[in-house]
Amino acid sequence: MSVNTDKNTYTIIFAAAMVVVVGSILAFLASALRPQIQENERFATQQNILYAMGVNENGDDAGSVNFIPTDRVGGEFDTYIKEQFVLEDGKTTPDEEAYLIDLKKQLSAKKKGMPYKLPLFIGEKDGKTSYIIPMYGKGLWDAIWGYISLDESMNVQGVYFDHKAETAGLGANIKMRYFMDDFTGESILDGTRYAGIAVAKGNNDPLNKIKDDNEVDAIAGATITGNGVAVMIKESVNLYKDYLETIRVQ
Amino acid sequence: MALLTKKDANLIIDPLTDNNPITIQVLGICSALAITAELEASIVMAISVIFVMGAGNVVISLMRDIIPSKIRIIAQLIVVATLVIIVDQVLKAYSYELSKTLGAFIGLIITNCIIMGRFEAFALANKPWRSFLDGIGNALGYGVILIIVGFFRELFGSGTLLGFPVLGDPIMKTGLYATGYENNGFMILPPAALILVGLIIWVQRSKNPALVEEN
Repeated sequence: MSVNTDKNTYTIIFAAAMVVVVGSILAFLASALRPQIQENERFATQQNILYAMGVNENGDDAGSVNFIPTDRVGGEFDTYIKEQFVLEDGKTTPDEEAYLIDLKKQLSAKKKGMPYKLPLFIGEKDGKTSYIIPMYGKGLWDAIWGYISLDESMNVQGVYFDHKAETAGLGANIKMRYFMDDFTGESILDGTRYAGIAVAKGNNDPLNKIKDDNEVDAIAGATITGNGVAVMIKESVNLYKDYLETIRVQ
Repeated sequence: MALLTKKDANLIIDPLTDNNPITIQVLGICSALAITAELEASIVMAISVIFVMGAGNVVISLMRDIIPSKIRIIAQLIVVATLVIIVDQVLKAYSYELSKTLGAFIGLIITNCIIMGRFEAFALANKPWRSFLDGIGNALGYGVILIIVGFFRELFGSGTLLGFPVLGDPIMKTGLYATGYENNGFMILPPAALILVGLIIWVQRSKNPALVEEN
């Protein structure tokens, strides 16, 4: 028996059936895989925070980014991250699961004038204390985010950047070591102003020997992503400015 | 009986040579320009498209008698989007690192006009096995061009291949850079891909004059 596929009723029934079938498949898949995906995301967040504070498996060559493997990251996170805080209305409250706070949601709450929470992590490695701040901003195509680890003098101890959809080979290179490593040692202060770190083209310091110029060398062909990184750092450290002032040593 | 008849084999071979989706049909150019600054990204994209086109063509071919012609484009779009989401979710759950590498390509796969083009032109009118071969063939044809372009753009643009510095260190001036060689910054910008694709088309047509249109 052949059906007349040109009839309007058939078209409507087909469309409805397809929506139901596809919707069910995707809904089933999403709920079946959700626990596993959330677990992966949790590990990835821990890896990224630890990476920024210098707890990673990077070799001496400036090659690839090597995180603490997922089977050990939970334990290492507990070892190195001494305290987790939430900053809300100028108050600092300890929160063991501050790292699970979605900064994107908090920033959009802030934009709407609603109460918002800012997570902050204090880590300790080889007797040195790191204050790790999450960051969130815009690249060329979509979101960029990351973590910046600071010491009491407001010098960067390490950063980690990631992106959703920057151009492969150009903007996507913000998560390469040659770019991220340049931030280490830079100061986010210009005098007493929280200036952040500019991602500068025409920088006369491509080897990044000068650490107090608030500048790192840009990636060729990735101007907008680079500017996005600079804006993200500046805005993020300014969000935490009041807190950072309380821990800063002159 | 051979696995592939001559006619079937041509479904795979043609798109690699005289009916290449990029150089002859000039489809899929958008993603060919966008992601070929690096060889690795080109390879990942090629593999993803091989999977999506192979599977998509089979699904569309199986549904070819029941899809109403009025909404066939929407139905095709849903099939390709569903396949891409399934792959994305499964990778997120079981291979998180790989899924992050692929993240940027998801949108580009869905909007790849070669995929929709083959659904429309082939899978809607042919049986699943032949549609599968056609999908694989066209995706391979697309992938080959992507990889050729990615190879030259990464080599001349960044001096690396798959991330390995093959020409020396441009800052420390070692290897080829010691002779005064410089990376070509233009190669990492999208227009360079357009010129490379143009060169490939030129080479292909001069080898096979039958491809040149007469006006």
